[in-house]
Amino acid sequence: MRPILIRGGRIIDPSRGTDEITDLFLADGKVQASGRDLGHPDDAQVLDATGKVVAPGLIDVHVHLREPGQEDLETVATGAMAAAAGGFSAVCAMPNTDPVTDNQAAVGFIVSQAQRAAKARVYPIGAVSLGQKGRQLAEFGELVGAGAVAVSDDGKPVASSHLMRTALEYARTFGIPVADHCEDPTLAAGGAMHEGLVSTRLGLKGVPAAAEEIMVARDILLAELTRGHVHLCHMSTRGSVELIRRAKDQGLRVTAEACPHHFTLTHEACEGYNTNAKMNPPLREPEDREAIRQALRDGTIDVICTDHAPHHYDAKEREFDDAPNGIIGLETALGLAVSELVESGLLSLPDLVNRMSVMPARIFGLQGGSLAPGSPADVVVLDPKAEWTVRPEHFYSKSRNTPFAGRHLRGRAETTVVRGQVVFARGGDT
Amino acid sequence: MSAPALGKDLTGLETLSREQIQLILDTAEPFKEVSERAIKKVPALRGKTIVNLFFEASTRTRISFEFAEKRLSADTVNVASTGSSVSKGETLVDTARNLEAMRIDMVVIRHGASGAAQFLGQRIRSNVINAGDGKHEHPTQGLLDMLTLRDRFKRLEGLKVAICGDILHSRVARSNIWGLTKLGAEVGVCGPATLLPRNVHELGVTILPRIEDAIQWADALNVLRLQLERMQAGFLPSLREYNRVFGVTTERLSKAPKDLLILHPGPMNRGVEIDSDVADGPHSVILPQVTNGVAVRMAVLYLLAGGSPDWAHPGGGGGE
Repeated sequence: MRPILIRGGRIIDPSRGTDEITDLFLADGKVQASGRDLGHPDDAQVLDATGKVVAPGLIDVHVHLREPGQEDLETVATGAMAAAAGGFSAVCAMPNTDPVTDNQAAVGFIVSQAQRAAKARVYPIGAVSLGQKGRQLAEFGELVGAGAVAVSDDGKPVASSHLMRTALEYARTFGIPVADHCEDPTLAAGGAMHEGLVSTRLGLKGVPAAAEEIMVARDILLAELTRGHVHLCHMSTRGSVELIRRAKDQGLRVTAEACPHHFTLTHEACEGYNTNAKMNPPLREPEDREAIRQALRDGTIDVICTDHAPHHYDAKEREFDDAPNGIIGLETALGLAVSELVESGLLSLPDLVNRMSVMPARIFGLQGGSLAPGSPADVVVLDPKAEWTVRPEHFYSKSRNTPFAGRHLRGRAETTVVRGQVVFARGGDT
Repeated sequence: MSAPALGKDLTGLETLSREQIQLILDTAEPFKEVSERAIKKVPALRGKTIVNLFFEASTRTRISFEFAEKRLSADTVNVASTGSSVSKGETLVDTARNLEAMRIDMVVIRHGASGAAQFLGQRIRSNVINAGDGKHEHPTQGLLDMLTLRDRFKRLEGLKVAICGDILHSRVARSNIWGLTKLGAEVGVCGPATLLPRNVHELGVTILPRIEDAIQWADALNVLRLQLERMQAGFLPSLREYNRVFGVTTERLSKAPKDLLILHPGPMNRGVEIDSDVADGPHSVILPQVTNGVAVRMAVLYLLAGGSPDWAHPGGGGGE
């Protein structure tokens, strides 16, 4: 493995509070040093980062890689490559695979597929309940032993409050968060989009914001009861943000994530029955979008994740009610975050790196999220000024389901380094 | 031939202008007369092929379209499929593309999914007419209701029309709201709060919480059919209570400040949303609605096929 010297970039490392133009030297899979005039061996690969930003690799704590079970949509390898192209050095894969990732063998399979792919790191998330059926706890200890970093029944809420309680208590033993997809199943049943004026006009059954907020409130109460760590997935409403803010003021172990589509789009994107705007939780109202943005600014929402959800072209090419939920996001997240949050002045670049790398690592207890000497050599070189147009046909992901096709964005990854190796370089892939 | 006055498809009244709606209603007038002739046929659509693609059970609308098509001399094929295209195994777009490969000119579609007509219209070259898509729109029903109101009141401007019943799930309600408000009528909606969309006031309608309020307020009541499955879904406790609280009865109507015109899109649940003596009474226009349905559908078919409104009049060119 050749050492790497990244020269002349603006090194942003919020884990140490540093932001300066200097060099970074990586060797033996670790960050060795940063500073000017670093000596380096003759065989070192030298990357010129002049005018670019050098940051700890981005980490996405919420993706769906579809393997095993739906390899025609995505695999661990293609998902890990799409992640690398999006500037992510690590992703956490949700367990709603087929079969469900609810046992150590299934976790081990994903770990080994990720090692074979050798692109972005892939950390499995185990299921809360066997088969994600919401009845019996999965063996958290064995899941963690095999490499799982959290548990979640994502895609489905943990409907039973008793099960959620025991999951939060039991997860404390292993120091992992329980990530919950917050949705009251009876209020959300049959819903295709946000309940509001657009759903009324289009004649589609809506999901009210209260369907999410009821479960957010419940999970917060259970976090208080159990002192467990609940991580609230893909927050989409103003009410959820207010509930989380209060919980954090109380000092509860509540963390939360939000997706680029929820801070970029509103339910109006569903006009014309656009199935690429169909997702769960649904796109909400302008006030909700604004609340999510403010929550990312003030830290009420800790991390930006993608909820990358690959679907086949055919599956979205149908009546809105029958189309599946979800969009892919790994290759557009950074551009959307820079365009919507940084360009608008809401977040600084260090804030953004904090939300997309430092905090995800901290909350899920992952390596990375830092460029301190001794940290893993997981690094992204990104160009926050690069202007580009979203062209799904150029995605590394196997799927193309995005509402952002044709959108002009600013900011993208130029080079992604994982374990000291370049796994993505724009214009000349390795 | 002039440019098509309505565009390629008729998916709903929300997307039509006041002038386009007016044009359809005006074009329907001369077509009324065709159905009164001994030989009920004009050659306007001779040589055109129309497929009636019905994914939901329908008697009235399908037959009405079929009469309209035949009286315009079109060749028609009926394709009925119960259940969604998904359960059938073939996607909607594949079904339509296969039909189009047989060289057709128009598709009339009834489908359980909102947006199905627009979806189809964007993917095939043929004209698409929405005969009811999920909870979205049923534009020809809205148009025939408006034509019936205009026949009786000689105007729509300033008219107060209360739509009563299950607004939440009703495509008829949505088409009436768009069409009537565009032509200057005032629209009220009346029903139990469980069956009113939460944002319905933002569509520019007056909310009438009780049927008594609607009767005091309106010039005409459009009474919607109550679907029995709403009880199972927990929106209502019982049909009996619905009739007692929201039923349109002679007794309630006797307290109205004026005689109200009574419309119903059918099929009726007599004794549930409407009592028989009201449905069969002197102010009911439920059967004239059905008669007007054929004329309105002839007008829509004719205009979408590129016909000029002038030719629709008797003695005109016949549209070819």
